[in-house]
Amino acid sequence: MSQEPADGSIVVCPDGPLLVRGDFEIVTPSGEAVPRQRQTVALCRCGASAIKPYCDGTHKLIKFRTEPAGPADPGA
Amino acid sequence: MHIPEQRGPVSAALLAILAGQPEGNAAALTDLLALASARQTESADVIEDDDIQLALFCLYELHYGGLDGVDDSWEWNPGLIAVRRILEQPFEKELRREARTAVPEVPQVATGGPVSDGVANVLFALAATDTGPSLSKHVSKKATLGQLREFLIHKSVYQLKEADPHTWAIPRLSGRAKAALVEIQADEYGGGRPDRMHSALFARTMRALELDDRYGAYVDAVPAIALASVNMMSLFGLNRRLRGAIAGHLAIYEMTSSRPNQLYGNGFRRHGFDTAATAYFDEHVEADAVHEQIAGRDLAGGLVEAEPGLLPDVLFGATAAIALDARLTLHIMDAWENGLTSLRTDLAAAA
Repeated sequence: MSQEPADGSIVVCPDGPLLVRGDFEIVTPSGEAVPRQRQTVALCRCGASAIKPYCDGTHKLIKFRTEPAGPADPGA
Repeated sequence: MHIPEQRGPVSAALLAILAGQPEGNAAALTDLLALASARQTESADVIEDDDIQLALFCLYELHYGGLDGVDDSWEWNPGLIAVRRILEQPFEKELRREARTAVPEVPQVATGGPVSDGVANVLFALAATDTGPSLSKHVSKKATLGQLREFLIHKSVYQLKEADPHTWAIPRLSGRAKAALVEIQADEYGGGRPDRMHSALFARTMRALELDDRYGAYVDAVPAIALASVNMMSLFGLNRRLRGAIAGHLAIYEMTSSRPNQLYGNGFRRHGFDTAATAYFDEHVEADAVHEQIAGRDLAGGLVEAEPGLLPDVLFGATAAIALDARLTLHIMDAWENGLTSLRTDLAAAA
């Protein structure tokens, strides 16, 4: 794996969206550009956003968790 | 901004002084300092003291767009800076007390993982426990057209210069926290497109409701608590020692924004307003879902990682924001539930 910074990066936000920053485009399956208003975007990961593919913060209301909870989970 | 109406002895004396030139005003400035000192001691509640909050608002305004007809050189006049400090001290003390009362038990930052993740988790937890009366639910379901206009008037005191107080913090930060704040602010300022600036989007909403969109047009109409919410940001932003507080303030502001803005937009759609009017709210649903991640982890978290001693002030900024927002909401909802206006003067007189 290269340690050189890539042109784009995706931050995997705990219990939240995927934060995408850098040089990238968001397109439909047929290659058309998805309307985009900002450089850095948050992509929905919980499935509950009303503005998909973007995040609208609903993951907080539905208590979306990215790590499976359970007895083995130390809660750290 | 236009010169507002005085609200008591301190703001009256201040506005009288600002009407003149800095030279030859030493005696009047000495009198103002003594007056401000006496008034802040006897004030029962600095946060809701109209005279003190308006005086602070005008003093801070000298560092933003200025006041119409007031000489620019007043900005760094030592006499006025002394007055500002005399008023800021009890204001900050009161904010700290309010913050402690509103959130007596701040969760501990978890040890083990990265500090920045721990700080973000605490801030998200604080945002989730913000259980004051909901203005957004009322706006969404019940607010009358008149109440929508009042709501915009309260917000206009800040939103027409949205993001400016936090910008003061940029040169006071470094590394990860600085990059994070610049990234957020670039978005707040429209990413290079003036018409996409959040303040410009807000002005469009105001025009859609036939309100005056000039900055400060309604300062005379809003109560002290609305001025105090903006003064708090200026206090945090203009004092480098409070850089932790301005970072915490921005983080909690972003974290408590997406959902309410969705509801605000619904309220305006319910009254038949189109996307030109709701663009401001729609933009914030999407933008603040991005900003809250950056502000929590990289700005506030990154700052605490770099300067661990700033954690208490990050939490102070966050909890003070929650406390004052709750008080402003209480003021507005209390008036509306009693069939009254939440403004100082009725809208017709203000407009």
